[in-house]
Amino acid sequence: MCLAVPGKLLSITGEGESRMGQVSFGGVGKEACLAFVPEVKVGDYVLVHAGFAISVLDEAEAAQTLEYFRQIGELGDLEGKG
Amino acid sequence: MKYVDEYRDQVQAERLAQAIARITTRPWSIMEMCGGQTHSIVKYGIDELLPTQISLLHGPGCPVCVTPLEMVDKALQIAARPEVIFCSFGDMLRVPGSGGDLFSVKAMGGDVRIVYSPLDALKLARENPLRQVVFFAVGFETTAPANAMAVFQAHTQKIPNFTVLVSHVLVPPAIAALLDAPDNRTQGFLAAGHVCTVMGFEEYFRLADRYHVPIVVTGFEPLDILQGILLCVRQLEAGHAEVENQYARSVQREGNRPAQALMEKVFRVVSRKWRGVGEIPRSGYCLRDEFSAYDAELRFGVADYHIDEDSECISGLVLRGVKRPHECPAFGGRCTPERPLGATMVSGEGTCAAYYRYRRRQNDPRAPQS
Repeated sequence: MCLAVPGKLLSITGEGESRMGQVSFGGVGKEACLAFVPEVKVGDYVLVHAGFAISVLDEAEAAQTLEYFRQIGELGDLEGKG
Repeated sequence: MKYVDEYRDQVQAERLAQAIARITTRPWSIMEMCGGQTHSIVKYGIDELLPTQISLLHGPGCPVCVTPLEMVDKALQIAARPEVIFCSFGDMLRVPGSGGDLFSVKAMGGDVRIVYSPLDALKLARENPLRQVVFFAVGFETTAPANAMAVFQAHTQKIPNFTVLVSHVLVPPAIAALLDAPDNRTQGFLAAGHVCTVMGFEEYFRLADRYHVPIVVTGFEPLDILQGILLCVRQLEAGHAEVENQYARSVQREGNRPAQALMEKVFRVVSRKWRGVGEIPRSGYCLRDEFSAYDAELRFGVADYHIDEDSECISGLVLRGVKRPHECPAFGGRCTPERPLGATMVSGEGTCAAYYRYRRRQNDPRAPQS
């Protein structure tokens, strides 16, 4: 039930508790309430749950996680060769 | 899809699994809290990539599964009323109460509707002023801001024919209850990334310290889960009990403050019954008195209804990671997703349903020894 899906914010309308946005999930558009992510801008990626954006995804943190995966892989390759 | 595909890479998954194998010297039991994580683990066979010393225990983090029988019965009673449009997330419709489920109420002529968001239910209330629209507000902390907003908007927009049947539960008290149980075998936790997106992870430092367990806030994609396990095993092997955040692209230490502020305004913390587990102190939300006009239990006079659970189903033991689905004699035979005996077989995120769908074999070498 706690499923939340990342999507790209395409547009914003309204303000405060009625601030809504059009979010694209791999090309499929859906409306989401943006009341809980006041900092969000068009073009950001948001995580949407039950019609609400609950976070703005942090690109730098995401890149760091992917870098971690890459390093783990390299470490394994080195040990494999050693 | 960005933020999804890159976390499903098979080669990276195998490398992470190898990294876990390299550092594992002893048997460890790690529990993933969230049903969404359980679903990913069983679907992608993540547990089968791990060294045999690592047991993944599947936790109680499926709100559909832990919604108590009496709350389902209250939903059935309210949904059967002719003036009511009863709205729910789809996965609650097949949860068995003591006399049928919401689908059977619908089949008998009840107006039961599946909605994607509680705001959809609020819209129905606006469009149907002569009907009573009730939303079944089930969920963990992830869903609470959405439900709080629906109640708050009903209040500010003066929509009198909207109420919510609240059955909200909270994760940290459940972790404490699991660790206090004498039959607990969990040594480390993968905390639920979306719950923590909303709540942050301040509360987990106290738990990690008090029970000396590592807690790793973890996402839902296969690589997220494998990294969460790697971080958890690394701590276990070193004898550490710290809180780490694997899911930093979404989770901040303090969580989502605007969401928390609205939850605080609309809800207060109460003790809640968990199906299969029993009552856990201060483990859920109910509406604050200022919002009691939107409480479906009060409006429809079901607040004092109580019923005990059937003792046949072992879902309580499954929810606490003490038993595996195929240790139940009814699993896959008398109990299937089409005819569930208990909650863990009902929801797609329930452990029994996930095992039934993806893995029906009986002899899992990782089944805990009893």
